[in-house]
Amino acid sequence: MKPLTFSLLAWRRRFVNYAATGLSLLAMAFGLFWLLWILWTTFSLGVSGLSLALFTQMTPPPGVEGGLANAIVGSLLMVGLATLIGTPVGIFSGIYLAEFAQRGWLGEVIRFMNDVLLSAPSIIIGLFVYTVYVAYRGHFSGWAGVLALSLIVIPVVVRTTENMLRLVPSSLREAAFALGAPRWHMIMYVTLRASLAGVMTGILLAVARIAGETAPLLFTALSNQYWSTDLDKPMASLPVVIFKYAMSPFEDWNRLAWAGVFLIVMAVLALNIAARMFFGRKMV
Amino acid sequence: MVSLEQNNPIPTPTLPLKERALTRRRSAWGDMLFYRVTQGFALLTLLLLSGIIVSLVWGAWPAIQHFGASFLWQAEWNPPMERFGALIPVYGTLVTSAVALLIAVPVSFGIAFFLTELAPNWLRKPLGIAVELLAGIPSIVYGMWGLLVFVPIFSEYFQPILAKTLGPLPVIGALFSGPPIGIGILSAGIVLAIMIIPFIASVMRDVFEVTPAILKESSYALGSTRWEVMWNVVLPYTRVGVAGGIMLGLGRALGETMAVTFLIGNINSFQGFSLFLPGNSIASALANEFTEASSELYTSALITLGLILFLITFIVLSLSKLLLMRLAKSGGTRT
Repeated sequence: MKPLTFSLLAWRRRFVNYAATGLSLLAMAFGLFWLLWILWTTFSLGVSGLSLALFTQMTPPPGVEGGLANAIVGSLLMVGLATLIGTPVGIFSGIYLAEFAQRGWLGEVIRFMNDVLLSAPSIIIGLFVYTVYVAYRGHFSGWAGVLALSLIVIPVVVRTTENMLRLVPSSLREAAFALGAPRWHMIMYVTLRASLAGVMTGILLAVARIAGETAPLLFTALSNQYWSTDLDKPMASLPVVIFKYAMSPFEDWNRLAWAGVFLIVMAVLALNIAARMFFGRKMV
Repeated sequence: MVSLEQNNPIPTPTLPLKERALTRRRSAWGDMLFYRVTQGFALLTLLLLSGIIVSLVWGAWPAIQHFGASFLWQAEWNPPMERFGALIPVYGTLVTSAVALLIAVPVSFGIAFFLTELAPNWLRKPLGIAVELLAGIPSIVYGMWGLLVFVPIFSEYFQPILAKTLGPLPVIGALFSGPPIGIGILSAGIVLAIMIIPFIASVMRDVFEVTPAILKESSYALGSTRWEVMWNVVLPYTRVGVAGGIMLGLGRALGETMAVTFLIGNINSFQGFSLFLPGNSIASALANEFTEASSELYTSALITLGLILFLITFIVLSLSKLLLMRLAKSGGTRT
């Protein structure tokens, strides 16, 4: 009797193990299946929409030939400025957290608030900029979009800068002090420089994140059908144009939207891969 | 970097005493300035978040005053009559996120199990990177793909099958009834699940990796199968971190705007409990209606919705932080 139950148990254990292994393989395949499907759709539909007109002509009304030039330029402008504004704020806050406030309640509070900001829904950021800037100024504008995007850059850069600075061994700091360097000198020329690759990675990931952000631009920068580089006016951006064109029933608008999605996915993938090459390992 | 060559090998005081005192004072002053500047920027971050909360409450105040607490459970959303209630979008937000978690958690667990215990070494890194790249794709891509590619196939082939197999069942059946139109709470939930799988899977993989090898090896040595090591050793050891990862995914699902807006149907009246039916979520109500809101009360009601969303995600994030902090204290430090 006993050997039988024993072998039954062994059989059951082996069966459960095989089943779990199989299911886990299935889960992995399931995850990769969507990735490949989405990428394949983006490539096949996006590449066919690529043309020179995409980069030279404005967003058209339905039924008319056109491109995405104003949206591309608007996106580049807003993402670039948001990065320029958000990066120094983020780096200095990160320095404060890593070098001056490792302990203490203020550091803890700022760290927690930064995490909240990091994971706040991006549409809430748009709502905030709307109530404090757009409603106050009375009109949508490119600057409002820049503001909203830089609010998304800041927490990402703060987080990575702090993490990277903390990885710098204290012996480096002590060596700089021993040579008589003032603290700010030590931070700017020793610890920050030692963690430059990591900080750059954080910035690249932040840019990758805001390049595709749509929700915070919907009611800050709005959109603009025409060519405009005036940041005080509503400004077109790739994600918002894609949103509008993809939701529409017009074939040619959908085609332009796919081309736009292709551009964004390419940019985001390139930034992600560049960030990995910069640092060679996963972060954030 | 302070270069060594420029200094004398023996740091003899070369400057007169008075000037030395001056440089010391100057560097102390520079330090103070630097400290204040960095602190100022850090406080700015703090200020921004408090600013968000204050501005949301400020914007929401007219609606809160007008409707009171009943805003939370009123199901009517009628802009022309200026009667607003949060029930439909809150319901849509919670149900789509629940559907997403129900699908994403087991799949992510399977992926993490595969990546940490099963995959051959040469496959681990590329697959891990693929999963992380999936996390980097902007949500508007998921939304557009969902609307134009996924929904037609889903309504044509999968919804009829679901209705036929799960529809006749008691209780659950009600969730899978109704016309297979594709757009609705179920497809929004599925696309959300695809979006959050990479987040949950990579946190799970990270926390599984902090399990000390000696624990796993001991269990293997006692004759455990891979699954038994996973289920009886690794999972109990990391359960707090796993819960934290799930919360992180939940936070993303709750606040996700674009993917849901494309797929949920944006209908502001309660149609029934079936998951096939269209609905609305807080984020998509904001995305669709905010620029069109004509009256002050309408805008204010929408901002109140935003405030509710912010509070929900705030609670979820605090819980996940708490859980991950407990993990950091009890064992591994990587979160």
